[in-house]
Amino acid sequence: MSKARALLQWVDERFPLTALWKSQVSEYYAPKNFNFWYYFGSLALFVLVIQIVSGIFLTMNYKPDAQQAFQSVEYIMRDVEWGWLIRYIHSTGASMFFIVIYLHMFRGLLYGSYRKPRELLWLFGVFIYLCLMAEAFFGYLLPWGQMSYWGAQVIVNLFGAIPLIGDDLAVWIRGDYVVSDATLNRFFAFHVIAIPLVLLALVVVHLIALHEVGSNNPDGIEIKKKLDPNTGHPVDGVPFHPYYTVKDLVGVVVFLGVFSFIVFFVPEVGGYFLEDNNFFPANPLQTPPHIAPVWYFTPYYAMLRAVPAFLHTQFWGVLVMAGAVLIFFFLPWLDHSRVKSIRYKGPYYKIALALFVISFIVLGWLGTQPTDFLGSIGKTDLAVILARLFTVVYFAFFLLMPWYSRIDETKPEPERLA
Amino acid sequence: MRAILIQILMLPLIAVAAGKEARFESAPIDPRDAVSIQRGAQVFVNYCLNCHGAESMRYNRLEDLGLTQQQIMDNLVFASDKVGDTMTVAMRRSDAKRWFGVAPPDLSVIARARGADWLYAYLRSFYRDDRRDSGWNNLVFPNVGMPHVLYELQGEQVLKSQPVPEIDSASGAGSFVLETPGKLSTAAYDRLIADLVNYLVYMSEPARETRIRIGYAVLIFLSFLFVPVYLLKKEYWKSIHQGAPRPN
Repeated sequence: MSKARALLQWVDERFPLTALWKSQVSEYYAPKNFNFWYYFGSLALFVLVIQIVSGIFLTMNYKPDAQQAFQSVEYIMRDVEWGWLIRYIHSTGASMFFIVIYLHMFRGLLYGSYRKPRELLWLFGVFIYLCLMAEAFFGYLLPWGQMSYWGAQVIVNLFGAIPLIGDDLAVWIRGDYVVSDATLNRFFAFHVIAIPLVLLALVVVHLIALHEVGSNNPDGIEIKKKLDPNTGHPVDGVPFHPYYTVKDLVGVVVFLGVFSFIVFFVPEVGGYFLEDNNFFPANPLQTPPHIAPVWYFTPYYAMLRAVPAFLHTQFWGVLVMAGAVLIFFFLPWLDHSRVKSIRYKGPYYKIALALFVISFIVLGWLGTQPTDFLGSIGKTDLAVILARLFTVVYFAFFLLMPWYSRIDETKPEPERLA
Repeated sequence: MRAILIQILMLPLIAVAAGKEARFESAPIDPRDAVSIQRGAQVFVNYCLNCHGAESMRYNRLEDLGLTQQQIMDNLVFASDKVGDTMTVAMRRSDAKRWFGVAPPDLSVIARARGADWLYAYLRSFYRDDRRDSGWNNLVFPNVGMPHVLYELQGEQVLKSQPVPEIDSASGAGSFVLETPGKLSTAAYDRLIADLVNYLVYMSEPARETRIRIGYAVLIFLSFLFVPVYLLKKEYWKSIHQGAPRPN
C-alpha cells in the first residue's frame, strides 16, 4: 500500500472522507441532459467564493467609520497593492451574483424545479435570495457615498412606514435618528459576519436538500424511476464527477471571461454596477435629486413607487414590495400543472412566463429612472402607470397560476430523458 | 437558441450603453496622452489646489506620468515638503464655508462623480453676473459658490441672452460673448481646460491604464485556458453522447 493510500485509510477510519466524496460527488448521479441554464448553480457557488475571498482582503484595509470610510475605499483603490483589483472584483461580484441568481431562479421557473419533491430545496433557495438581498443592501452602505447613504436612508424609512411601531423600528435599525456612524458600524458587522454566516449555512442546507432529492432536468422527469438493474444507478444519470465537474469548469472559464471583461474594462458598467453619484462622499445635509438603488433592486423599487399612498400612509407600497419577493415562497403550491418542464407545458404557461420576465425587466428599467422621465398622462406620470401595469402582471403570474396551470393543455412527458 | 441566450446575457450592457444621456459636448481628452496630463497637473496645482484638496492623491503617484521625484518636487509640490504626501490644502473648511458659502469639495474622484464632459463644459461656462456676491455665475452649475478662478486666462464672458437659459442647453459654446479677452485665445483656453480635465480623469483613477493593460493579458490567458478545458469536457462526454442523441 502506498503512503497516500495509507493516509487516506487513516483518515477514513476517523472521518468518512471517501464515503462523502463518493456519495456527494463521484457517485452522485445527475441527469445527463443538463443544458445552458444548469451552469448557474455552480456559478453561484463560484461567485460566493469570489465574494468571500475578495471581501476578506477588503476588510483588511477598509475603515467602518463615517469619517474615514469613503477615504479608505480610495486608499484601497490607490495605495493598497492590487487594491483596485480586489475592490473591482468585489463590486463586480455583487452585481454578477444577482445576475447568476436571477438566471438560476429563471431556470427553476422554466423546468419546474420547485415542484414535488423539491419544495424545500426551492424554499431554501428563496431564503438564500433574501439573504443575498440583505447582504447587498448592508454592503452598499459601506463605501459611504451619496447613494450608499441615501439608499440606506430610503430603505430604512420603509420600515418607518409600518403602522404604530414603524418610527421606533427605524430608529432601532439605524441606531440613530438618521443614518450615521452607528448605522455604518452595525451594517459592517451584518455585512461581514452575520449575513455571510447565515448565507453559508443556507447554501449547505440547499445542497444537502439537492443531493437528497436529486437534480431536476430540462425534461422535468425523475431519473430515479429508471434504474439500471445491474448497477442500481439511474440509466439516464451520469456521475457528477467527472462529467459535470469538467462541464462546469467550462462554464467557470467562460464566466471568468465575462467577469474579467467587466472588472478590467468597464468596472462601472456605465453607472449600473458602480453608480456615478456614489463617488460623492455621503452628505447628510444634501439629498440627491434622484435616488435609485442598484439595478438588482430596481424592479421592487419601481413597485414601491407605483403604489399610491392610501389612508395617509405609504405602507401599501412596502407591503407590495415585500409581497413581490415573498410570493416566491408559495410557488411550489401555486403550480398545479400535470407536468414540470416548460417543454411539455402548454401555451398558457409559456405566455405567462414570458409576460413575467418582461414585467420584471421593464420594472427593473423603470426603477432606475426618475418617475417623470416619460412625461405624464393627466396628473400621473406615465412611468408610474406603466409600473402599476407591470406590477399587476408580475403578481398575476403567481396568483393566477393555480388556474391557468390546471387548464393548460400539456403534452405527455416522456418515459426517459428525450 | 445560443445566439438568443448570449443576447439576453449582454442585455444589461446594451441597456447601459443606451442609457447614458449625452447632454454635454464630449471632452477632447486622451487618457494615454501623458504630456497633456502633466500640463493638466500643473494647472491643477497652480489654480485648483489652493482651495480644493485631493486628499486621496499622493504627489509621487505622478511618477505614473513619466516624471521623476525631483521633477515633481520642483514643479508641482508647493503646499507640502514631502513627495509622498497627499494633496491637501491649508485652508480650514470652516473658513472656506464662511467665504464661499460652501466648503470646496475634495477633487480626488470628482471626474468619476461628474464625468469628464460635465467638467469640460463647467470650466468653460463661467460668466459675469453682478447679482452674485462673487461677481460670477455658471451656466452648467447655476449659482455655484466658486468664482471664475481662471478668468485671467479665459477673459470675461457674459451671457448672450437673458434670462438665463435652461441648464440642459448648456454646452457652453454659443451662449456667451467674450467681453474682455484674457491672456489665452479661446482655442488655447479650451486646450488648457482639456488638459486639466484629462488630469482630473487620471487622478480619479490612477490605476486605470494598469487595469486595462492587465485586462488584455487576463482575457488572452482565459481564451487559451478555454481550449484545454473545453477539449477535456468534450473528451469525457464523448461516450455519453454516443447514446441517444440529445434534443436541441
